[in-house]
Amino acid sequence: MGFAHTLGGTRFAFDTLRDLLAKATPFRSGDALAGVAAGSEAERVAAQHALAELPLTHFLDEAVIPYEEDDVTRLILDGHDRAAFAPVSHLTVGGFRDWLLGEADSAALAALAPGLTPEMVAGVAKIMRIADLVSVAAKCRVTTRFRNTLGLPGTLSVRLQPNDPTDDPRGVAAAVLDGLLLGAGDAVIGVNPATDSVANTIRLLELLDMVRERYDIPTQSCVLAHVTTTISAIEAGAPVDLVFQSIGGTEGVNASFGVSLALLADAREAALSLRRGTVGDNVMYFETGQGSALSAEAHHGVDQQTIEARAYAVARRYEPLLVNSVVGFIGPEYLANGKQITRAGLEDHFCGKLLGLPMGVDVCYTNHADADQDDMDALLTLLGVAGVTYVMGVPGADDVMLNYQSTSFHDALAVRAALGKQPAPEFAAWLDRMGIGASGLAIPPALSPALIGLG
Amino acid sequence: MAEPPSAWRDLRRFTAARVGLGRSGNGLPTRVHLAFQAAHALARDAVHAPLDTDALARDLAGLGLAVSSVRSRAPDRATYLLRPDLGRAGNADDLAALPREGGTALMVGDGLSATAVQRHAVPLLASALPLLGEAAPRRAVIATGARVALGDALGEVLGAELVIVLIGERPGLSAPDSLGAYITWAPRPGRTDAERNCISNIRPGGLGFAEAAATLAWLVAEMRRRRLSGVALKDERPAAPSLPG
Repeated sequence: MGFAHTLGGTRFAFDTLRDLLAKATPFRSGDALAGVAAGSEAERVAAQHALAELPLTHFLDEAVIPYEEDDVTRLILDGHDRAAFAPVSHLTVGGFRDWLLGEADSAALAALAPGLTPEMVAGVAKIMRIADLVSVAAKCRVTTRFRNTLGLPGTLSVRLQPNDPTDDPRGVAAAVLDGLLLGAGDAVIGVNPATDSVANTIRLLELLDMVRERYDIPTQSCVLAHVTTTISAIEAGAPVDLVFQSIGGTEGVNASFGVSLALLADAREAALSLRRGTVGDNVMYFETGQGSALSAEAHHGVDQQTIEARAYAVARRYEPLLVNSVVGFIGPEYLANGKQITRAGLEDHFCGKLLGLPMGVDVCYTNHADADQDDMDALLTLLGVAGVTYVMGVPGADDVMLNYQSTSFHDALAVRAALGKQPAPEFAAWLDRMGIGASGLAIPPALSPALIGLG
Repeated sequence: MAEPPSAWRDLRRFTAARVGLGRSGNGLPTRVHLAFQAAHALARDAVHAPLDTDALARDLAGLGLAVSSVRSRAPDRATYLLRPDLGRAGNADDLAALPREGGTALMVGDGLSATAVQRHAVPLLASALPLLGEAAPRRAVIATGARVALGDALGEVLGAELVIVLIGERPGLSAPDSLGAYITWAPRPGRTDAERNCISNIRPGGLGFAEAAATLAWLVAEMRRRRLSGVALKDERPAAPSLPG
């Protein structure tokens, strides 16, 4: 079956759903690199018209990657909840957009999530403006728990990201304390290790756990090592709160990350067996990002935004505490500039939230992309309005290990203040108890650097 | 009241990260803000700096290495940034000129920071070559417009059992000169990142040359023993002692 639309006297035809979705996507460098982008502005908008006319039920009949070839496709279609889908099953993609913007309320959206496939969600995003992506996402409510409660209305949480170029424990500890003093860390205190080894991962896990216990912080820690490293750390008795893994939206990209769906299930079982959560048992943390499938040459001709949404179908199977797109990290060959990064970040947040995920965004860019702090300020503010679950907190916005710029502790404070947002309630109470914020620029006695070995 | 008290500022003793910055309301103090803007400007300029291949070739020859050169298929820096596929593929004439000599292949490529390669590739090799013993490369291939995976193509043409790629990592604000080392067993086009082992952030002030060289030698020895690389091969040496208390 094909699709077509006539625009400006020219008839544009699209052979497959995969082709239609790709051509309908607002321009980004990664789709051009993959050779799947529309050839002209007219072709792009013609594809958007044809997509708007497509019944949502069509997405259940035509897979963008064949069922037989890809375990993510099988996960999506086998796991689809027809009863949950029923309220929108009569709609076209265009009608679905109108429904989302209009009558859909928070309860309806939460009930609908299991009935949506990632391709439906990606499709409707392609015919939405930024304002649409913001206002619909702002209606979504997703709450998760481990040692605190994330995603409640009126909250905006922060991952404290204290990376160090050599995994120096004192460097990590200093950045953790700096972040805590600026109100960051309720989503997770999460270190990307410079060296992905079992011994090094255990050493960092023990450090983070020591800091959390000394200051009695109601949050969770994570060392963002490969899932197999974390499983080994669990087997060695290390204090693992959350299991981290980068994931993508095809079987091939997950293979390129060295993971499978079965391995992720094993990792979750291992983390659950430790029973370390005090208010809930969401134990997984996933990162994603548009372009990873093309980077791994595992994209099957599907546009990068649709594949990104498919990664969320992988994530939701494991009931994660946290999921975030690392939107500008991968580089200009996928998202070339501030304009492309901004739109992609809002698309990813929208798609994740509609699919029922606790969606955060690493608002970020690299020095080889055409972007700067002004672009990040704009995206962070838009995401705050959209109700983003969490963002990153990096000292001074400069990650000295991963060599990119994200959002700072200051940025998170500024957007919380501008939008009247609070940290997770358990963490907000801890900040009050410790006297953080009240005393301006002083270090409260209960947070003495000496307590964590910084004499 | 933008400046933090000394106890908070003192956190800077422990890290190169931008801690203890103070605050103006919820924003950065002016001095700190402009320091960031300056670092970003320098990093942006570093991305576009060219590799001085003549100087690098002289230095590599000084280590006793034969030296060859290969260009990728990226015609210029702007195209290189948007087309990594061209940076992974070698110029056909350049590849054809390489001898099929087996052993360990070594690629020294500009990547995203020629500055890193210019400064750190030779000191790292000076530390690493003696540790590699019989697995030490005899030839260095200087690659321009290069991505990591260009090493797979080189390694295949050279008939190498493994390839070591030294390449400039994307510049950060406080570190515009981080060198990365990627080691891949049985290199050939199509290898995935999960099939490589990586040592990142090699520079004075990051991972030092001696430590990076030791890790590199350990990984190469394990690869040759187990005949594989990537996530199946982990660095299982004991870690340095933890923070006391």
